[in-house]
Amino acid sequence: MIIGLEHYLIVAAVLFTLGVAGIILNRKNVIIILMSVELILLSVNLNLVAFSAQLHDLTGQIFALFILTVAAAEAAIGLAILVTYFRNRGTIAVEDISMMKG
Amino acid sequence: MISAVVFLPLLGFLIAGMFGPTLGARQSEIITTSLLFVSCLLSWIVFGMVGLGGGPFTTPVLGEWFTSGALNVNWALRVDTLTAVMLVVVTTVSSLVHLYSIGYMHEDPSRQRFFAYLSLFTFAMLMLVTADNLVQMFFGWEGVGLASYLLIGFWYEKPSACAAAIKAFVVNRVGDFGFALGIFLVFVLTGSVSFDTIFAAAPGLAHKTIHVFGGDWDAMTITCLLLFMGACGKSAQFLLHTWLPDAMEGPTPVSALIHAATMVTAGVFMVARLSPLFEQAPAALTVVTIVGATTAFFAATVGLVQNDIKRVIAYSTCSQLGYMFVGIGVGGYSLGIFHLFTHAFFKALLFLGAGSVIHAMHHEQDMRNMGGLAKKIPLTFWCMTIGTLALTGFPLTAGYFSKDAIIEAAYAAGLHGSAATYAFVLIVLAAGMTSFYSWRLVFMTFFGKPRWEQAHGAQALADAHAHNQPALEDAGHDDHAHDHHGAHVLDPHESPNTMMIPLYVLSAGALLAGLLFKNDFIGHESGEFWRSALFFGPENHILHEMHEIPGWVGLLPFLMMLGGFLLSAYMYLVSPQTPVRLAERFQPLYQFLLNKWYFDELYDFLFVRPAFWLGRLFWKGGDGQIIDRLGPDGISARVLDGTSWVVRLQTGYIYNYAFAMLIGLAAIITYYLVSGAH
Repeated sequence: MIIGLEHYLIVAAVLFTLGVAGIILNRKNVIIILMSVELILLSVNLNLVAFSAQLHDLTGQIFALFILTVAAAEAAIGLAILVTYFRNRGTIAVEDISMMKG
Repeated sequence: MISAVVFLPLLGFLIAGMFGPTLGARQSEIITTSLLFVSCLLSWIVFGMVGLGGGPFTTPVLGEWFTSGALNVNWALRVDTLTAVMLVVVTTVSSLVHLYSIGYMHEDPSRQRFFAYLSLFTFAMLMLVTADNLVQMFFGWEGVGLASYLLIGFWYEKPSACAAAIKAFVVNRVGDFGFALGIFLVFVLTGSVSFDTIFAAAPGLAHKTIHVFGGDWDAMTITCLLLFMGACGKSAQFLLHTWLPDAMEGPTPVSALIHAATMVTAGVFMVARLSPLFEQAPAALTVVTIVGATTAFFAATVGLVQNDIKRVIAYSTCSQLGYMFVGIGVGGYSLGIFHLFTHAFFKALLFLGAGSVIHAMHHEQDMRNMGGLAKKIPLTFWCMTIGTLALTGFPLTAGYFSKDAIIEAAYAAGLHGSAATYAFVLIVLAAGMTSFYSWRLVFMTFFGKPRWEQAHGAQALADAHAHNQPALEDAGHDDHAHDHHGAHVLDPHESPNTMMIPLYVLSAGALLAGLLFKNDFIGHESGEFWRSALFFGPENHILHEMHEIPGWVGLLPFLMMLGGFLLSAYMYLVSPQTPVRLAERFQPLYQFLLNKWYFDELYDFLFVRPAFWLGRLFWKGGDGQIIDRLGPDGISARVLDGTSWVVRLQTGYIYNYAFAMLIGLAAIITYYLVSGAH
């Protein structure tokens, strides 16, 4: 079987959907939300690389590298915020984080 | 030079007012006082040049104030004899009061403020008397009103002083309303507010009528009555007099300067200044006569029974102002101004003397707690006696010339009209009462047994017990500096030199002012003295007629004075029980007089309480129930109702927000896909 562009796109779409579902359905832990965000970014990367290979254009792969960098930085900052938040409030359960309630 | 006279006090006010806290009290006192003395000296020079020397009348224009349509108002300083007389009165009394206040106020912590106010008052008063148009006069008029308000309420910690200040301000507003309307009417009639233009136009307006409220009225009479209403307010005439006795809440030098010698005479000055208008309105002059005579009589009756030393003199002032208006009302403008001139000296003397007594008694003002002070403070006693002699019209003192002249003029005018006869009878009676209450004051204060020992001892005891609430215990007294004196036995002492020197100067004025200036003011040389400053109509011969009266009329005031003196001496020296028995015998009359004819109660019932009721109606009903309820409060309540539903959408959970974003995103994409298909 020849693995074509469609397969890459389907995998990416599945990953994206999983990520979004993880954000919306998760009621437990903020870390899971961070992981879901990473999942969404990965699916986008997959799309970029697949199209780049298909179109013989390196721009997409360079873009993917940039996104990886940004994702790493974002993960570091997000985890740092989580650590301080836990120190302050003693919990990182999503259910308990509702200070913006109107 | 005239600018220096007017603006030096303003300079003093600005320096003491703005830099007082950095300069310190002593420097402020010295600066304001010395500036005032310079101003006073220059005033006497102006008086000598313009008044006595027959120098030309000038009106230097300082600049334009404002122009609006046909209304053109300039700042100008009008210098004629009338102004020169007022300049001398104002600056002399003011500079002496400044000097006196250095001694009198030496315990007060905010003396800079006091001296700044005094100088501000003097400046406003000088602007008033040098005004060349009605608007500038109104400026000075309101300026003195403001300074009076500030100085009555100088001890603003005392609720009674604040109330008195507000009362003075509000009652004066009533008069000022009439004054302002009068100015408007003058402008409507003549198209100008400048004195020269108005005076030139006045004879042509003699029988003109205006149509208001469905009737035709004599224009000049209405104008003059409205202007006189302003004079009534400022000069505390009958019906608008209630503020003056309460104004005694202010420090005593203020009473002497503002509420005896200068500001309250502004009304008299204004009517004299506008003599060309009033000469065209005989009906208005009749009203002036009647109101003046009523005031003279009314205030004298109330003065008979008052016990507060300052209140007696306050009612005396009110009464003497009535005399001035009678003099003016019968057409003798120079008589009114002459009495104003002499009255300034002896009434300022009496007030400052009373201040010296109060100072000696450590701020005790009730005459029932005095007595026997003649030996303790002999110099003050002699000054007060001189003031009393001048006030009661003892021969050859100041009051003798001016007051008797007014009485004679009233008799002479009474040959032509009944209003003047009414005035004549009342002011002769008032002369007797003046003598009675003035000597009563002297006898109660300086003679008899010293009553202050036990009275003050009791008070010292009360002080010791209730030292935390001194305001309760002697409200109505000058108790600002009372605090530490009550502890030891009272020993009345003579006042310092800064307080005594003004008394000596004023004593000399009270003795000699009449004798020296009689010829110029009301005698044979009065024509050359006043020239065009005062206007006498062609039929106004009152100054000649007053010399052709029967001898008994000239003798009558002297007899009344003697009678009042003897009665007072009998009741307060020989037989002290008589007044008490009389008061018991005629209890209703005594209460009626003691309560000042119940004017305060009447006004309270007629005006104050309805005003409060109306105010409360508008406040609670109009503002609270209608405007607030339907306006801001109502709208904010409805907004709250709406948002309390909307706010439930905000759960605070991040996954809810993300879900909403996703749905929205999906909706937008769907829309583009569907619409992009076409």
